[in-house]
Amino acid sequence: MSQWYMLTLVGKDQLGIVAKVTTALYKSGCNLGEASMLRLGGNFSIMLMVSYDNDKKQLYVLLEDVVRELNLHLHIDAIEGHLHQHRDPEVRITVHGADRAGIVAQVTSVLTEAGLNILDLESDVGGNTDNPFYIMHIEGIATQGIALLSHALQQLLAMQHPDLKVQLEPIETLVM
Amino acid sequence: MSLLEILTYPDPRLKTISAPVTEFDAKLQAFLIDLENTMRAGPGGVGIAAPQVGCFQRIVLLDVSSKPKIKHHGNLVLINPEITQWEGFEIGREGCMSVPDYTGNVIRAQYLHLMAQDQHGVQHEYDMEGFEARAIQHELDHLDGLLFIDRLVSRRHDLFRRKVYV
Repeated sequence: MSQWYMLTLVGKDQLGIVAKVTTALYKSGCNLGEASMLRLGGNFSIMLMVSYDNDKKQLYVLLEDVVRELNLHLHIDAIEGHLHQHRDPEVRITVHGADRAGIVAQVTSVLTEAGLNILDLESDVGGNTDNPFYIMHIEGIATQGIALLSHALQQLLAMQHPDLKVQLEPIETLVM
Repeated sequence: MSLLEILTYPDPRLKTISAPVTEFDAKLQAFLIDLENTMRAGPGGVGIAAPQVGCFQRIVLLDVSSKPKIKHHGNLVLINPEITQWEGFEIGREGCMSVPDYTGNVIRAQYLHLMAQDQHGVQHEYDMEGFEARAIQHELDHLDGLLFIDRLVSRRHDLFRRKVYV
């Protein structure tokens, strides 16, 4: 009986991380599910659903060599995982402005209060050391409607962040 | 009324290039009724192409009138459709009855001019835009053995703005 695990792997970015990790998993009879993999600040990070018919300890063992060779940090959790559980996002929010502490905390706090369930968030710091800017894209479900999210963001901008640029747009999925 | 079975990816038959319709007979009329019922039974269901139900003929049904505040031509039977002009481009999220549990961003022309025959073989011309233009491009792809997942652009780093609400 196979079980879903969530693998988290992080290490200095180098050639071949994905190929080596997934080959080790494949050769040991694992099956991959959904994944997110990207380079963050010179590190390569992997969040990966893996289906395996043995226990967590064995999963650590089968990745031992590749983890040592690539000098990766590995963490494994057994999860209640299921495929085919996607939810379609209803709204997309883009935020950017001069980088400073608190943008994510403040923006997502007002959005949470206004009913936003975040499905996907990616953010980056661009610019240069002297003039960094922060940019964030969020996709989610407006559990209390898009108008409320828009109102909450407008208030936040007016009260605290007049210089932040925030855009909110509905995502209208056309199913054919 | 009968509902037709929808082929779902990765069924290789979805890659078939469909043939032009030459006979506008009673058999075609009966098929169009079943095809429309199948389209309306699906989630969303603003369009359907005959190859999605395993009939490899150049037939598309379209009805985006359920979307609020957009320009459209209502319920359309489009046989042997051909885009003769197109203009602009726009990114938008698409899903497909033949690709369950997945949606993605696709770039499509914003405006287009379409020529197509109706169920009786009479030629018509349409100027389409927005959702309706997107829908016909998605359906025309089915006639050529393509799915929207063949045309995906990244969900991340979306540089193409649409309406702005804040």
